[in-house]
Amino acid sequence: MKKFLQSKFVSEYGTLLVLLVLFAYYTAATWGVVHPVGDSAAREVVEKIIDQKKSARVVIVVRKGDDEQAFAKELKAQLQKAGSTVVQEVTGAPSDASDALRELGEKSQRVDFIATTHEAAANGVLNPKPGKEGDHSLHGLAKQHASLANAKVIEPNSYKWSHFLTRKNVLKIANHISYTAIIAIGMTMVIITAGIDLSVGSLMAFGAVVTAWMIQKWGGAADATTFSLIFFCLGGMGLCGLFGVFSGVMVTAFRIPAFIVTLGIMMIARGLAHIISGTQPISVDAQGFDWLGSQAAIPGVPNPVTLMILLFILAHILMTRTTLGRYIYAVGGNPEAARLSGVPIKWVLVFVYTLCGLFAGLAGIINASLFTSGNPKFGEGEELQVIAAVVVGGTSLAGGEGRILGTLIGALIIAVIYSGMNQTGVGEHMQKVVFGLLILAAVLLDQLKKRGFKLRD
Amino acid sequence: MGGEGPSSVPLLRMAGITKAFPGVQALKGINLELWAGEVLALLGENGAGKSTLIKILGGAHQPDEGTLELDGKPLEIRQPADSQAAGIAIIYQEFNLVPGLSARENIFLGQEVTRAGFIAADEERDRVRELFARLGADIDPELPCGELSVAEQQEVEIAKALLQNARLIVMDEPTAALSPSEVERLLEVVGELKSQGIGIIYISHRLNEIFEIADRVTVLRDGGHVGTKPIGKFTRDSMIKMMVGRSLDQEFPKTAAELGEERLVVHGLSRGRRVREVSFGVRRGEVLGLTGLVGAGRTETARLIFGADHPEGGTVKLDGKELRIRSPRDAVAVGICLLTEDRKAQGLVLGQSVCENFGLPNLPSFARLGFIDQKREAKALDVHVDKLRIKLAGPDQTAGTLSGGNQQKVVLAKWLERNAEVIIFDEPTRGIDVGAKYEIYQLINKLAAAGKAILMISSELPEVLGMSDRILVMHEGRVTGEITDVAGATQADIMQLAVGTADMAA
Repeated sequence: MKKFLQSKFVSEYGTLLVLLVLFAYYTAATWGVVHPVGDSAAREVVEKIIDQKKSARVVIVVRKGDDEQAFAKELKAQLQKAGSTVVQEVTGAPSDASDALRELGEKSQRVDFIATTHEAAANGVLNPKPGKEGDHSLHGLAKQHASLANAKVIEPNSYKWSHFLTRKNVLKIANHISYTAIIAIGMTMVIITAGIDLSVGSLMAFGAVVTAWMIQKWGGAADATTFSLIFFCLGGMGLCGLFGVFSGVMVTAFRIPAFIVTLGIMMIARGLAHIISGTQPISVDAQGFDWLGSQAAIPGVPNPVTLMILLFILAHILMTRTTLGRYIYAVGGNPEAARLSGVPIKWVLVFVYTLCGLFAGLAGIINASLFTSGNPKFGEGEELQVIAAVVVGGTSLAGGEGRILGTLIGALIIAVIYSGMNQTGVGEHMQKVVFGLLILAAVLLDQLKKRGFKLRD
Repeated sequence: MGGEGPSSVPLLRMAGITKAFPGVQALKGINLELWAGEVLALLGENGAGKSTLIKILGGAHQPDEGTLELDGKPLEIRQPADSQAAGIAIIYQEFNLVPGLSARENIFLGQEVTRAGFIAADEERDRVRELFARLGADIDPELPCGELSVAEQQEVEIAKALLQNARLIVMDEPTAALSPSEVERLLEVVGELKSQGIGIIYISHRLNEIFEIADRVTVLRDGGHVGTKPIGKFTRDSMIKMMVGRSLDQEFPKTAAELGEERLVVHGLSRGRRVREVSFGVRRGEVLGLTGLVGAGRTETARLIFGADHPEGGTVKLDGKELRIRSPRDAVAVGICLLTEDRKAQGLVLGQSVCENFGLPNLPSFARLGFIDQKREAKALDVHVDKLRIKLAGPDQTAGTLSGGNQQKVVLAKWLERNAEVIIFDEPTRGIDVGAKYEIYQLINKLAAAGKAILMISSELPEVLGMSDRILVMHEGRVTGEITDVAGATQADIMQLAVGTADMAA
């Protein structure tokens, strides 16, 4: 056992193992009946209908919501392609379905099938239990109106699967953690140099607010062109980067501890975000502003996730293959030895704080794009989430060691635990307790790893 | 002195001690006896197992096999406190003193004398004076330890050991950071302790000292026990031979290179009180020895040339061109390198691999567009590993896990790869075993023969006399003398200059 714990596999991939175990755990814990909604479920329903009757007359009943709408849309398209007639499409509450059916019955419109989702089917109106004459259920109506007498309710087949391990949920987790993870790239580099950056949460808000403000003020507001959107987004990031430059210069030129410098920037940036916005979110109604936060350039993968993966790959290459990466580790490991080896340690430090600021700004803009507004309350407490992701990922606060991909795994572990706890009904306050324990466990593990899993030195 | 002590039982007996670390058999059945009132010198190259043995004695490591006896009774040391309770004190090279606390507070740290819960400072002071008197030390007990010299700090450590009624004191390279006069003083203290019946294990690479104070010598090599003999049975050569397992032709293999024009010219270099108007030149192929007492300003001068500190005045020229060096980066760029005296704090990033350390100053030449060609880097390291005979598990081995000699060689390798024109060695052989020393001397010869200008700072006078073409001596920040006829000079000549003309009595 000890040998296994001391092996290279565990020390290199320990956190990955934890992530996989968490995935497995929540997959098992949320195992149950799944009622599919979506394109493939719609196609399945159409097949069932065509098998039973060609050129059928179908009523589609769905509830409100994106998934149900998408289901209805696909259903309609497929039915029409197959030569069936969609008599009516009903969206909404059970009473809406009931009213629509009564109307069809009164007009003696024949209905062969009612295509619906599990959720809509479970609402009582479509319930196949025998109903009394005159009530609002399908059964009741069918007794009054001959045209409804043969109407069959068709819903997609349900099956057993985990509610956690679905493509959609996994993407949701990744999307949710993306901006934290992006900031964590910069934070990892800062922490490897034995520094810290507390200002990232506030810079998120500052970046979001100042970008939104510039777009509204100078970018043409609702008529902003794509070029000006990009221009002002980069501008917002750049201003956050300038805060990073400032932090770096204070740390290097004046030797002020990074904790203090970035604590100051944290307050300054948050304050400025509130002042600029007048404490109210600044809405951005320009077309295309939501591209970064809520669209998908690669079909199915939200843009923040794509961006996160891309940035992690670039950062990993930077840290493992380039001179700058080597310098970052050296500055954290032994600044004096690095300096005497000719490493430009001041530039290295200014670089990492600047990058951290830029990424904080980027995260703010992603959030602004997602909500189509710049909110001065963005990123409150975010710095601690980011530091937690870095630490859980195995980077030492003492500097000199840590890995970028470790941070990605750390961020994912945090996201998976949160998402899993939400789905298994763990309360918000308990989540905090678990989160705190997670950080302590990560640091303890790291210490044990360093001393080869011996309890005593 | 052997078994002639008052008791027929040795103070300490270690028998059949073995200890393995992952991949290394650090100790293979070591036997060691120490009698009360004797000085046992523990000798061996770096990596021979001395440190491990001492750490077992101090409770930092547990032996895999073997037994310890104190006064003939079995002794088990599971943690440092057990060792202390048994009356064993270990004085490491790095002192365990709190710089901000006074000598008295440090000595009593953890065992303060109290009256009604308050520290009885006057009582403590009396005890400290008594201890200092026993050692013949002249230190103000109320001075913060950070303001004491290395030698004084060492005496504070020894006083602390005496306060804890230590009967066995281990000294690990106690003279490494001392000036010659301080060394003399320490040896007196050791003699004093010995006469008080305390057993001393003395670890040093300086053979002169060992001949002066040791009663018996135990030699370790590669974790094994080579032998223990009374000092009288040794000659300098036989001792070296026993340590390295082969005989070295001579201790200092100096070959004179052909001297050319002056390459590095320093004029009027000044900074504070430590470096005052220092001027000298180093010629092509020349090894210039720079010596003096600790604190004379030698290292400070080197740091100014290298750009590690900023001079207040003076110029540095290389091959006739005046240099503007504002940082070590500038110095490295023009071909000046500095091998610092403190490898751990300044030479290496201990947590990084050997390869990464090696690459640090050389990345610009291994990288294209900022991307490191790691194959080329590893290949370049390989060449130096072979040439310098660095003992490595592999290029990915963490630098901090290497022995002192191998660490020094890694530092050497990283600068050799730079192919610098001016090489400043600051205590190049400190803490390095005889075999590795020899190799480093040969390397210095080779560099000189290749036309480099070499500045060698050293406190070890035999080394300075043995390896230099010319010697400069510093005292209190000034160059107080130059010895051009090295062959005809003696250690006494250097000392005369090192203590300064105003202090001829010393």
